[in-house]
Amino acid sequence: MKASSTGYRIIKDKLFISGVVLFSFLSIVPLLLILFYIIKNGIAVINWDFLTQLPRPMGEEGGGIINAIVGTLMLIVIACLVSVPVGVTAGIYLNEYRTGKIAESVRMAVEVIMGIPSIIIGIIAYTWIVIPLGSFSALSGGVALAIMMLPVIIKSTEETLKLVPNTLREASLALGVPYSTTIIKVIIPAGLSGIITGILLGVARVAGETAPLLFTAFGNPFMNYNILEPVNSLPLLIFVYATSPYQEWHSLAWGASLVLVVFVLLMNFITKLVTRR
Amino acid sequence: MNETFLRTEKLSALFNGERVVKNVTITFQKNKVTAIMGPSGCGKTTLIRCINRMHELIPGAATTGKIFLYDDEIGSINPILVRRKIGMVFQKPNPFPTMSIYENVIAGYRLNGFHLSRDEMNATVEESLRKAALWDEVKDVLHRKGTFLSGGQQQRLCIARALAMKPEVILLDEPTSALDPKATSRIEELIVELKDAVSILIVTHNTAQAARVSEYTAFMYLGELVEFGSTKKMFTVPENSKTEEYLMGKFG
Ligand SMILES: Nc1ncnc2c1ncn2[C@@H]1O[C@H](COP(=O)(O)OP(=O)(O)OP(=O)(O)O)[C@@H](O)[C@H]1O
Ligand SMILES: [Mg+2]
Repeated sequence: MKASSTGYRIIKDKLFISGVVLFSFLSIVPLLLILFYIIKNGIAVINWDFLTQLPRPMGEEGGGIINAIVGTLMLIVIACLVSVPVGVTAGIYLNEYRTGKIAESVRMAVEVIMGIPSIIIGIIAYTWIVIPLGSFSALSGGVALAIMMLPVIIKSTEETLKLVPNTLREASLALGVPYSTTIIKVIIPAGLSGIITGILLGVARVAGETAPLLFTAFGNPFMNYNILEPVNSLPLLIFVYATSPYQEWHSLAWGASLVLVVFVLLMNFITKLVTRR
Repeated sequence: MNETFLRTEKLSALFNGERVVKNVTITFQKNKVTAIMGPSGCGKTTLIRCINRMHELIPGAATTGKIFLYDDEIGSINPILVRRKIGMVFQKPNPFPTMSIYENVIAGYRLNGFHLSRDEMNATVEESLRKAALWDEVKDVLHRKGTFLSGGQQQRLCIARALAMKPEVILLDEPTSALDPKATSRIEELIVELKDAVSILIVTHNTAQAARVSEYTAFMYLGELVEFGSTKKMFTVPENSKTEEYLMGKFG
């Protein structure tokens, strides 16, 4: 009686463990499939020309996606320039003033922005920047992406700084170091890897965004370095090429997808390196 | 020979309205070691944190009464200047983890943006580490992170960091409570050697330690200063029966 019930428990335990293993494996299957398809279809078109040349008009062979790569990098730089100072400052504020009305509202705003669909953030950037300036632009696209990065950066900054022990702050203050200097030279360096992680995760999050760019960065078949003009970006290019009726453009879209996925994986990889240090 | 340089007058400290240090009036002598002892929670840490104005940084904390450094009331001096004159070493060693040993020692200058020449910096680092009896152990690894050191070495690094600022007085909050007996006696020797250069207030749980290192002892109980006087006298003929019980190990 007793023995059999123990046997039953052991079997139940084994079943449970195999279930857990099975489901964890199932959860990585989609990732593997995605990688497999993208690499299989994309690798064929990737070569030096693809990475360094402008797109050719329909009907001509070859051509590349350099304008989209440059555009994506521009958008990310603009997004970082806007979101990093604001996000890190807000994160510091939330960590320093844990309670109080302003902190509570900022925290709530962060949650809300997190949940707003990206297309709506695109509309906001459109009404704020595209309409007043009268043109689609890299700037408006960058701002839209910045708004999407903000909550990630704010949260990770706050969480990281929370882990910086209070004894460190006291060590600095007890040396007669002013409060502001203590924050800048002691607290932030102590949490720097976490803050950088947050920024990289933010970049990885927005690098593949299409919706907020549809009516901000807009897309551009040519090379553009002017932040007040429309630029192309990898996700926009993929969207346009993949929905076109032409077979060649489909394969270009696969190639661009591979570039984008590699970029995002690289971001995640660097994040891992930074956090391990 | 004896010179009072620091004194408190009816000092009380509060946390959210609750008084944890009550009407303490006490004087500290220059170039002497004064021990503050008492059972856990009696307000020793809070008392010394009032002296360098660290207490007021805690939300909900307040003080009443006065503290004088020479003739200046410290409430009227900018807290930043107070803390440069009154150094502090905490119960748990807290070197800056992002800085090397060298940088930790001169952190007070670097972080405050005081400019020192290379030579002055080198001299300050060596002198402070020598005073803290750490120089010989670390002179070849000055550019390694301070957090690689052992607990006792880290505590001496923190003492060196406080000494580098050339303070009038240094507040030691149970500096040996996290250390083994060997590291403890090292720091006790150090305290005795240091008093020519700087006045010392040391908080300790350990009555034997107070007897070994201090000239004056204050005994606190439930936030009040019960007895204060020369260490020799207090350990031989305590005036107050509470002090006697504490010294005999009946509580605390
Ligand atoms: N940050 C704080 N907020 C509220 N109350 C506090 C705080 N810190 C200390 N107290 C209270 O103040 C009283 C005195 O604390 P304090 O740390 O000064 O004691 P102590 O004598 O240093 O004790 P120990 O020997 O354990 O270090 C205690 O009752 C404690 O609960
Ligand atoms: Mg204490």
